Amino acid sequence: MRFSALRVFQQALTGHKGWGPLWRNPDPQPAYDYVIVGGGGHGLATAYYLANTFRQARIAVLERGWLGQGNIGRNTTIIRSNYLLPGNEPFYEFSMKLWEGLEQEFNFNAMVSQRGIVNLIHTDAQRDAYRRRGNAMLLAGADAELLDRDQVRAMIPFLNFDNARFPIKGGLLQRRAGTARHDGVAWGYARGADRAGVDLIQNCEVTGFRIEAGLIRGLETSRGYIGAGKVGVAVAGMTGRVMAMAGMRMPIESHVLQAFVSEGLKPTIPGVITFGAGHFYVSQSDKGGLVFGGDIDGYNSYAQRGNLPVVEDVAEGGMALMPMIGRARLLRIWGGIMDMSMDGSPIIDRTPVEGLYLNAGWCYGGFKATPASGYAFAHLLATDRPHDTAQAYRLDRFARGHVIDEKGMGATPNLH
Amino acid sequence: MTRLAGGLIDRSRVLNFTFNGRSYAGHPGDTLASALLANGVRLMGRSFKYHRPRGVVAAGSEEPNALVTLRDGARAEPNTRATGVELFEGLTARSQNHVGPLGFDMLAVNDLLSPFFAAGFYYKTFMWPRAFWEKLYEPAIRRAAGLGALSMQADPDAYEKGFLHCDLLVIGAGPAGLAAALTAARAGARVILADEDFRLGGRLLAESHLLNEAPARQWVAGLEAEFASLPNLRVMRRTTVWGAFDHGVYGAVERVSDHLPTPGEAPRQTLWRITAKRAVLAAGATERHIPFAMNDRPGIMLAGALRAYANRWAACPAKRVAIFTNNDDGHRTALDLAAKGVEIAGVIDPRPDAKPLGPYPVYAGSVVTDTRGRLGLSAIAVTREGQTQWLDAGALGVSGGWNPNVHLASHQRGRPVWDDAQQAFLPGAGIPGQIVAGAAAGKGSTHAALHSGAEAARAALQDLGLTAHLPDLPRAEDGAAPPHPIWHVPGKKRAWVDFQNDVTVKDIKLAHQENLRPVEHLKRWTTLGMATDQGKTANVTAIAVMAELTGQSIAQTGTTIYRPPYTPVSLAVLGGGDTGAHFRPRRLTPSHSWAKAQGAVFVEVGPWLRAQYFPRPGETHWRQAVDREVLATRAGVGLCDVTTLGKVDVQGADAGIFLDRLYANAMASLKVGMVRYGLMLREDGHAYDDGTCARLAEDHYIVTTTTAQAGPVYRHMEFARQCLWPELDVQLISTTDAWAQVSVAGPHARKLLERVVDGFDLSNAAFPFMGCAALTVCGGLRARLFRISFSGELAYELAVPARYGAALMARLVEVGKDLGATPYGTEALGVLRIEKGHAAGNELNGQTTAQMLGMGRMVSAKKDAIGTVMTRREGLMAETRVLVGLQPVDAAQPVTAGAHLFTEGAAQGTATDQGWISSACYSPHLGSMIGLGFLADGAARMGEVILAANPLQRQEVRLRVTSPHFIDPEGGRLRD
Amino acid sequence: MLIPHPLLGLRDAQEFTYLGDARLLDRPDGLAPDAAEAFADYVYLRDNPAGLHRELWFHEQGDRSWLVVTRDTVTHEILGAELARDVALARRSK
Repeated sequence: MRFSALRVFQQALTGHKGWGPLWRNPDPQPAYDYVIVGGGGHGLATAYYLANTFRQARIAVLERGWLGQGNIGRNTTIIRSNYLLPGNEPFYEFSMKLWEGLEQEFNFNAMVSQRGIVNLIHTDAQRDAYRRRGNAMLLAGADAELLDRDQVRAMIPFLNFDNARFPIKGGLLQRRAGTARHDGVAWGYARGADRAGVDLIQNCEVTGFRIEAGLIRGLETSRGYIGAGKVGVAVAGMTGRVMAMAGMRMPIESHVLQAFVSEGLKPTIPGVITFGAGHFYVSQSDKGGLVFGGDIDGYNSYAQRGNLPVVEDVAEGGMALMPMIGRARLLRIWGGIMDMSMDGSPIIDRTPVEGLYLNAGWCYGGFKATPASGYAFAHLLATDRPHDTAQAYRLDRFARGHVIDEKGMGATPNLH
Repeated sequence: MTRLAGGLIDRSRVLNFTFNGRSYAGHPGDTLASALLANGVRLMGRSFKYHRPRGVVAAGSEEPNALVTLRDGARAEPNTRATGVELFEGLTARSQNHVGPLGFDMLAVNDLLSPFFAAGFYYKTFMWPRAFWEKLYEPAIRRAAGLGALSMQADPDAYEKGFLHCDLLVIGAGPAGLAAALTAARAGARVILADEDFRLGGRLLAESHLLNEAPARQWVAGLEAEFASLPNLRVMRRTTVWGAFDHGVYGAVERVSDHLPTPGEAPRQTLWRITAKRAVLAAGATERHIPFAMNDRPGIMLAGALRAYANRWAACPAKRVAIFTNNDDGHRTALDLAAKGVEIAGVIDPRPDAKPLGPYPVYAGSVVTDTRGRLGLSAIAVTREGQTQWLDAGALGVSGGWNPNVHLASHQRGRPVWDDAQQAFLPGAGIPGQIVAGAAAGKGSTHAALHSGAEAARAALQDLGLTAHLPDLPRAEDGAAPPHPIWHVPGKKRAWVDFQNDVTVKDIKLAHQENLRPVEHLKRWTTLGMATDQGKTANVTAIAVMAELTGQSIAQTGTTIYRPPYTPVSLAVLGGGDTGAHFRPRRLTPSHSWAKAQGAVFVEVGPWLRAQYFPRPGETHWRQAVDREVLATRAGVGLCDVTTLGKVDVQGADAGIFLDRLYANAMASLKVGMVRYGLMLREDGHAYDDGTCARLAEDHYIVTTTTAQAGPVYRHMEFARQCLWPELDVQLISTTDAWAQVSVAGPHARKLLERVVDGFDLSNAAFPFMGCAALTVCGGLRARLFRISFSGELAYELAVPARYGAALMARLVEVGKDLGATPYGTEALGVLRIEKGHAAGNELNGQTTAQMLGMGRMVSAKKDAIGTVMTRREGLMAETRVLVGLQPVDAAQPVTAGAHLFTEGAAQGTATDQGWISSACYSPHLGSMIGLGFLADGAARMGEVILAANPLQRQEVRLRVTSPHFIDPEGGRLRD
Repeated sequence: MLIPHPLLGLRDAQEFTYLGDARLLDRPDGLAPDAAEAFADYVYLRDNPAGLHRELWFHEQGDRSWLVVTRDTVTHEILGAELARDVALARRSK
């Protein structure tokens, strides 16, 4: 059923009896041409584009729990394309363009809201670096504006301009950045994939790969063996575990990132703000909660929960930047498993096993990449060629020395 | 007035307060909620989505409805639960989330439109036209959403953080917690007893039960006296333990001053990090309601809350009250209220065999099927086997059984386990070191709670090797039959499950119909449990309704994840006092006080505050001061405090070998008394840091690092020493803070230094470029001298013990007056180094290589130093961008760091990008701006004119490519 | 989290800086013929286990010891800690 205002109106008058399931609950078929491992944002988007854009069929998504249970369901919902390096910026700008037409395309309101992002500047060197980045964005066809202190103050008057340890000297603004409703993105892609015939199979955990003579044949799962022509793995924080079943070690560590939401408040914060001198970024959801976060805890973890020092550190950053949030209350903390790659940038590539493809290494920035990641991965699966904007995301770039290190931190995943 | 007799309020004193501007009176011991009820106020707020009139539902921190904005001005505190606010004189509170008066909210139109606002409706519309989302739909939604508003002013109060350690942390001071604390404290253990309430006793305060045939409060009073005498027990009232973290660490917030009109000198709240060897969780239980049609009117409450208000606070929302219960506990409410003279309209009990426990009518085998009353309950419909009658009642207590408060046992992702016998989720795998006791563990009778608390403490102490004896516990009631399983009353009208977020049984049915059946989908689709109470009164009921729809058991359906905090925590207390200027420590250089006295302007450099420039009278622009400082240095002599550079003292027989492995270039071959520039790589072959190595003796080097990397490089060096090459005889210590270091640069540098050294021969022959020595200055002060230059001039760096830093600066300026000795700050330092073409932070940004920095040949292929192997990777070797100098063709044009470089005439885009400008400044020496940048094939393009594009500022400038060494490229001045 | 420092007893993890897998102790020989491959593995590839993990922590706000801590990455339980120097020396003597 197509969603529309008229449909909502009609259903309201008839007791909502006509709404059908958003997706089916199919049993797995014995074999598929394409099996996507991971029913998170990237896996669902991949299946969606594979079926709808690349017109492929016989596709399944295997999810060990419920659709969207991974990081697509626990993040701070920010979308932006404000990257520096040529390996990244065109990809994220492609993603931004997909976001801009996404809801009309998949007929689901994911509340994509381009309310802007401001990265605050506190030192001259930071301004130089942001100017380089802003120019890189413009050169790649994205939008960027460099703000001075007065312009930031006019836009966000409630920041601490008068008593700050690290004074605010300006900001890099991307107006087209913003937020989207994270679950809505997962559901929109899931519904769109299902409607195109993709089997979304929940409660189906992959327990092994069947690989013969270097060629993928299928997967062992908690719901039995499923044959597969091509297998695409998009399991974020579980990448190391899943790829180990195929005998591969990964340039990835799994880390915990905590995120936070406050009680609902009347509109306070217009867009997204990132504090350049502390570890803090914040936006406000349509429901009114301040959604914020900071650094990863910094140690390898699969626990999906973090510890108190980072909670305090993030709150300190928030209070230092915006002293007027002091009487807002933290409602909920959660933690996700981040697939922190060795250079802070993702991997969308084939693997040494023929027919086995990998989509991983999103660090804590995977949400904004969801549309382009799905599109590029589907492109790779369907054509065996990388998408134009994802050519740098090679698995062998580490050994060959073509790293994409936005932060310049080297092979220390917890610092990216 | 609806004040009853008795209660734990101090009637001898009156506290005046206002709600929505109207004045009321209450007593010490009241909460805002109890005082409002005692004043006959039932309507306290509006719901989130439909703006339905709402009153208080609970008596504790689970309250979903009665949220107010407490206090005014900068202290205004939105979304405050009236049930947790201790009344104080002058309290002001306002209701929230309505347009117009609380009694006539314009947005209540949403309630009329509720058929359109079913669960998830917004995912299906508002998509056309696309631009309307940001411009129209979303702003309207955002304005309507949210609850209270922030004042937008900085919080004026102080906050504190503290650390506590104990053998046993007891969370909750109800019967189980009290018994646990008593048991452990008597055994001599270090015990902390924390409770969110301002009074000890927990549920005991709300009941009319007798302990040893006396009111429970007498037993509690006796315990309090004993507790006060036990130095090993810390009782923390008004303290919410809100999170259980790893290894026995608990987060707690003490509301130190929230019960006072203003905090005065005290902090408002304190964040405690409690490290407990063991913990007893005695958090009690939360009553659940039974959704039925129109069950959200003010006056409809949890039965246990109604009882608590009557017993503890002598307050009742109405004179005539009904009860709807599926268990015996609900009948207790009827009994207690009747005993206080409240008229009981009836107890509606779906159990066919329900009998009254006292003088009140019972409607057995019946359910409540509808209600009336626009702003407060006036009547309920009671239905038995299809027959409905209306009963007048101003309040209705609802009891659907009790949910153990398992939150703090589930914060490490252990899920609670459904227990069919008790009809409740009980703690599951739990948390290491934590034992759950009392009602939180499903031991809900007073007798069971007391004994399980004492036993839990005994077991916890035994674990620690301490012996505890079970105390004599008072005789108490021991009757707690599980509830009759009825989870909601079917009906056509809306029946609320989650009050605050307006989630009804119909919404759950719709989620089921649309295949959003896993509990996490249910939650996210309907927003169930996402309100400020995190679903404390709603979630289990919703799970049961979904289980009924899917035909699965409640156990199979499962719960969502319990996440901290247990109740919402103010961001201010989590941030503690480390805000504003105190956000991070500030490091001052040794000459700071001297620089301040000279009128220096300071700048933040990482953790440091450094002199940026030293303005003189008449200089109106910073550039005037900087140009003067630069020219004075190049013409005479300049002085700069460079203490912030990291210094590491390296000693040991293998110090040279060690440094050979740390630096890309050779260090073991350095002669004693000499200094060498050193480039450190990361193991991935990228440039990490640079600095100098000075060899003071065969087995003694002094290494410097950049300011920014002083900490990380030291850590890296310790890693190399302890983890990679532990067999080497080498020791490290950071001496950054021990030595003040001053750069003395310029043609007169030697002349100036000669006036302070104690008979040391500074001649070029005796102390050449890159020499180093230990010596004394100023008549016996021990010092170190390094002949190194960052400016390109004849230059030295002189180090003295840190406490002499300011004095040395003052002395050098004084004795160098005739030489024009001029202090310079970081700006001039930057100009001098750009003119000389030295790389700094903008060039050493972690993304560049030795080759890019023009130092490729320094990386020795003969030795195995950190990073050398990976330097040879194809991608690094293929990199052609190298450091060049850049000068505008038209000297009046700006050079801007962050501009990208292009071949003239080429299209400008990512693919044609040839590099970027990393640093730029105005060079008073050259009379134009200059820059350093990385340019593709730069070494081969000297003299070529290229384009610097800065579209961000709509700038495009033609630049000539030059050597990065704008000053003295042959280095003659250094060696003079 | 609390880390059982072998010399100082239980210390708050906040005093430490984390590096990662203790395999970083096993730096390959940079002069060996297969150094390129060995270093690519050493620098970039990780086992990243869900379960027991031997990992390096630096007592930065303390005695500046590097420790090898054995910790469960699923439960965060810590099973022990050793001085990294001792571990590294023991490996050499093998």
